Amino acid sequence: MWASINELKERIHAGSSEEVVAEYLERIGRSKLNAFIFTAGDSALSRTKEIDANDIEGPLAGIPVAIKDNISTKGIQTTCASNILKGYVPPYDAHVIERLKDAGAVIIGKTNMDEFAMGTSTETSFYGATKNPWDMERVPGGSSGGSAAAVAGGEVPISLGSDTGGSVRCPASFCGVVGLKPTYGVISRYGLIAYANSLEQIGPFATSVRDVATLFDVVAGYDPRDSTSVDKEVNYSSYLENNVKGLRIGVPEEYFGEGTDERVEKAVRDSINTLEELGAKSTTVKMPHTKYALAAYYIIAMSEASSNLARFDGMRYGLRTEDSDWHTTFSQVRAAGFGDEVKRRILLGTYALSAGYHDKYYLKALKVRTLIKQDFELAFKDVDVLITPTMPYPAFRLGEKVDDPLSLYLADVDTVPINLAGVPSISVPCGFSDGLPIGMQIIGKHFDEAAILRAAYTFEENTDFHTKRPEGM
Amino acid sequence: MITRKDLEHIGWLSRLELSEMDIEKYTPKLNSVLDYFSELDEVDTEGVEPTYHVLALSNVFREDEVSEQGGSLTQDEALSNAPKTQDGFFKAPRMM
Repeated sequence: MWASINELKERIHAGSSEEVVAEYLERIGRSKLNAFIFTAGDSALSRTKEIDANDIEGPLAGIPVAIKDNISTKGIQTTCASNILKGYVPPYDAHVIERLKDAGAVIIGKTNMDEFAMGTSTETSFYGATKNPWDMERVPGGSSGGSAAAVAGGEVPISLGSDTGGSVRCPASFCGVVGLKPTYGVISRYGLIAYANSLEQIGPFATSVRDVATLFDVVAGYDPRDSTSVDKEVNYSSYLENNVKGLRIGVPEEYFGEGTDERVEKAVRDSINTLEELGAKSTTVKMPHTKYALAAYYIIAMSEASSNLARFDGMRYGLRTEDSDWHTTFSQVRAAGFGDEVKRRILLGTYALSAGYHDKYYLKALKVRTLIKQDFELAFKDVDVLITPTMPYPAFRLGEKVDDPLSLYLADVDTVPINLAGVPSISVPCGFSDGLPIGMQIIGKHFDEAAILRAAYTFEENTDFHTKRPEGM
Repeated sequence: MITRKDLEHIGWLSRLELSEMDIEKYTPKLNSVLDYFSELDEVDTEGVEPTYHVLALSNVFREDEVSEQGGSLTQDEALSNAPKTQDGFFKAPRMM
């Protein structure tokens, strides 16, 4: 069931989209991963009939795609894995969904996630945790854990997630698939339910760099409804060239520090050697503010979240409790609707923005963000890409960290600096440790997706890590 | 350090009703995160400008007109998810 887009297109051409999609639906129905919150079986099958009957064409014609449950899908429930949005059915499509539909894709369902994308393990979902296809007792990573696990488990060929501080790359790494976080502004956030606007981007998952690029080509592009959308037309698939001759790789030692699993470090360093054997050159670079990225990231993300999530008041959508006076009703709806981690982040964000603490926390974090951004600008003067581990260790056990917020936050140490700087980054499978996948992170300059896609594609063409599949799926 | 009283105040500002148990449970966890945040105190940010936004974009304006491309909803669509409505409006609880 781990077919590429091209293989599926051949199958659809020889048979039908309906039989392909029905097969995936059947597989999702039997699954124990809990990767999906909602399967849109009826609407998906009726769409395949339309596609089959009218020979509808497009880069993803008849291909099933899964969507993280924080991306608005017209007529299909969208809950952010939260009780507060239980039953919410968006009256409009996100820009990426419009693009997918135009490309002929079939929305097969909505995937599980950490509530409001706040997490690294997909355990804070109101709908229960998603499991890692490589080991059912481990987390798939988060927050887009459902989208990654569904692809890794062969339940869908491609999917979309969102990445605020690593939420695409982390689960890609833990589940052994490819995940891309584009440059800030490349994919419209219109219809993505906001967590931290200045940091987040929607991103594609697939089992190969080629399929990630195909999906990326479909969903990227200018949209006036997102005021941070960038007006650039690019054909990303054209960058997939099996050649890294002369590519300058920077290796920031700060990303291989204390807390990084030895086997992860070895797999990533071996992979850098592989690229060097193929003609790339690597040098050590210094990014001295890296250790402060995590604190700065969490202060900024929580502050933005406390403001964004003020809209959930039970008035226009979602949960509503018994009416009392305005303030009490508002406070009770939110108390009943949000889970613990969301509440903790709203509380800390509110604190960081409140009178007397704004300068100490929020403003300070924004200044540190400038220093981190400058670290990247300086490093990229001498190199084309940076390579680091995506995660400091392979997937951890379900329940291991979920009650200890700080230890969970520390897992994001290698992914959050990228969102603070707004640069693009891709995670590709680069090894295994005791049967668990390891991910390598390739980071590029603003709008230089070309370099990271080329490096990732070349690595993939010359290694076989991305072809390994979990057993028993 | 967030005290119990601080947390009650933040809960009010956040419009989150907190039970006794929530306050017991959250106070130590929030304090351990705040402790970690204090690491930033050692960074010299004298003369450093804050980064609110990574791209050099200025304000993006459009005409204030109803337009389908602008993502406008009809009244029915806008009300379609509201738990309580009356006469084509969202129904809010009383103010006092």
